[in-house]
Amino acid sequence: MATAPAAVRPRRKLTGYWLILPAALWLGFFFVIPLYSLIANSLYDPDGSPLGGYEVTYHFGNFTDALEQYWKPLLRSLGYAGLATAFCLVLGYVLAYAIAFKAGKWRNLLLVLVIAPFFTSFLIRTLSWKLILADDGFIVNSLQAVHVLGPDDRLLATPFAVIAGLTYNFLPFMVLPLYASLEKIDGRLIEAAGDLYASPARAFFKVTLPLSMPGVVAGTLLTFIPAAGDYINADLLGNPNTRMVGNVIQDLFTSINDYAAAAALSVILMVVIISMVLVYVRKAGTEELV
Amino acid sequence: MSRVAEDAVSASTPTGNRDLRISQLTKDFASFTAVKSLDLVVPQGSFFALLGPSGCGKTTTLRMVAGLETPTSGSIHLGDLDVTYEKPYRRPVNTVFQNYALFPHLDIYENVAFGLRRRRSKEVDQQVNDMLDLVELTSQARKKPPQLSGGQQQRVALARALINKPEVLLLDEPLGALDLKLRRSMQLEIKRIQTEVGLTFVHVTHDQEEAMTMADTIAVMNSGVIEQMGSPSELYENPATTFVANFLGQSNLIAGEIVGREGDVVKVEMQGTIVSIELDRAHAETGAGWVGIRPEKVLIAPAGEPIDAPGNHMTGAYVTDVSFVGVSTQYLIRMAWGQELMAFEQNTGVRGIIPVGTQVDVSWRPEFAFLLDASQDVNAGIEVA
Repeated sequence: MATAPAAVRPRRKLTGYWLILPAALWLGFFFVIPLYSLIANSLYDPDGSPLGGYEVTYHFGNFTDALEQYWKPLLRSLGYAGLATAFCLVLGYVLAYAIAFKAGKWRNLLLVLVIAPFFTSFLIRTLSWKLILADDGFIVNSLQAVHVLGPDDRLLATPFAVIAGLTYNFLPFMVLPLYASLEKIDGRLIEAAGDLYASPARAFFKVTLPLSMPGVVAGTLLTFIPAAGDYINADLLGNPNTRMVGNVIQDLFTSINDYAAAAALSVILMVVIISMVLVYVRKAGTEELV
Repeated sequence: MSRVAEDAVSASTPTGNRDLRISQLTKDFASFTAVKSLDLVVPQGSFFALLGPSGCGKTTTLRMVAGLETPTSGSIHLGDLDVTYEKPYRRPVNTVFQNYALFPHLDIYENVAFGLRRRRSKEVDQQVNDMLDLVELTSQARKKPPQLSGGQQQRVALARALINKPEVLLLDEPLGALDLKLRRSMQLEIKRIQTEVGLTFVHVTHDQEEAMTMADTIAVMNSGVIEQMGSPSELYENPATTFVANFLGQSNLIAGEIVGREGDVVKVEMQGTIVSIELDRAHAETGAGWVGIRPEKVLIAPAGEPIDAPGNHMTGAYVTDVSFVGVSTQYLIRMAWGQELMAFEQNTGVRGIIPVGTQVDVSWRPEFAFLLDASQDVNAGIEVA
């Protein structure tokens, strides 16, 4: 009897590793290997082709070439994603705040409605925006009738349509983390702020907003990162002048078959996003937040 | 700027101008009435306790004074100022919340400075440091609330409210989250600070000992109404209802029939004995009544031995239970009519413990008894504490 626990102990130590194993395998197969392959591709000899084969020649010129040629769509991507994230933050904060504090018994229903669009394919939802924003559609006609838009102006195939599409598609990724952190805030803290001479507006900026910062940081990251790499919205709702870096990478891989340039551009996008995120998280100071 | 005007007003009416006056205050919630036309005057500078079991309406009353709850009807005045419907951030009232509600994203210094900063007060630094000195937390100024112990957090909550020098400071079960020993020392600490700053404190609690230790005046609340109000000793020595008799300490309540007034006493026929109760302690005049006596006022002695009390000796009783608690010995005595009475005897060492089963005589000094209306539930206020 007395020796039983000692016999169990070595097994216990292994349990942790067994539990990690599936995730480790998953990461190995679907993250480390593709990442390695992507970086290897970005260093290919640019003169290779899928027919003639590629060689890893450590041709770092791929990066400078890609930047020189595609800096415009790269910057555009960051700009569009930034704007879409800003719109998502404003719309999402209001929505999450209303659900967390004002919805009462409707709270769960509203949360389901936030997630409901996910039951339809991303592609179909974006295509339906093509119909909504179409030149002879209801919205364009109405705006033309009240002279907000001129008779020949359009919404589809404009930067507006692309940013609107991005905002629409990524809004739930903003709302859910915001809701999660707003919902955790103790209502008595807001009462206490009011008791200590803070008007409702002051109480919001001094108490509610700072306490919801973890949600703001998580939400903006979850929105900005996929939005910056997105190409569906630009493809379906944009025009040749609204091409984002995702569209360029897709073309390079699938139509032009310039794997080296495509991979180099992908690596550049990744590095840019990671460095922006690091600076942002540092600035927002998430580790101090409760 | 309005300070001058206020001073002028208080000069013209010298006494009690900044009293907190609550009149006919009522709060209905969807399914029940939490507070029923409450009338209350809290004199300026006093330490006032609202005491009652949970759900009696004391916290709702406090929240209405703070402005966190809107009254259904009635009014709340601070001196001449009607604050009944004033926004919480515009009334000169601050609250020490239950569980403190300290801002977790701000350090102790900024928590204490919060109210001053909102009012753009000058010399914030000086005031915050003085206040941290008062509650002895200067060394903790740059820590975040979760890094502090319960007692320290409690003092921060007190400092955060006090620094604004409110007309009335509201304390909502401020010591509920602390362990017993810390609670005792914080009671004295808060009392000391109140004396030092001289502000009006309104303290809500369900702990009768806490209310008695700290308050000048206690209002005992039950089911949305004030049962009785007075100094701790008044309430304890001369309770007016069975609820107060049982909720504040313990009482023996014995059924009796009121015979009538005789001079300045009321005579009551109680289980075959006629007892006298002083007129100002008689809260019923005719019919049936409860004769009440506090356990420590009940005197017992083995049958036949003298008891230090004039008047009636009740015989035929015996001890059914004894518990020795150090400072005193608590007896359960079965009386001749079958009821068990409690008797507490100070451990003065004059006499040993009377063993279970001993025949005893029972008596008490008539001036300690009180008389209550028999229509009241004899067990009111017992289980809820």
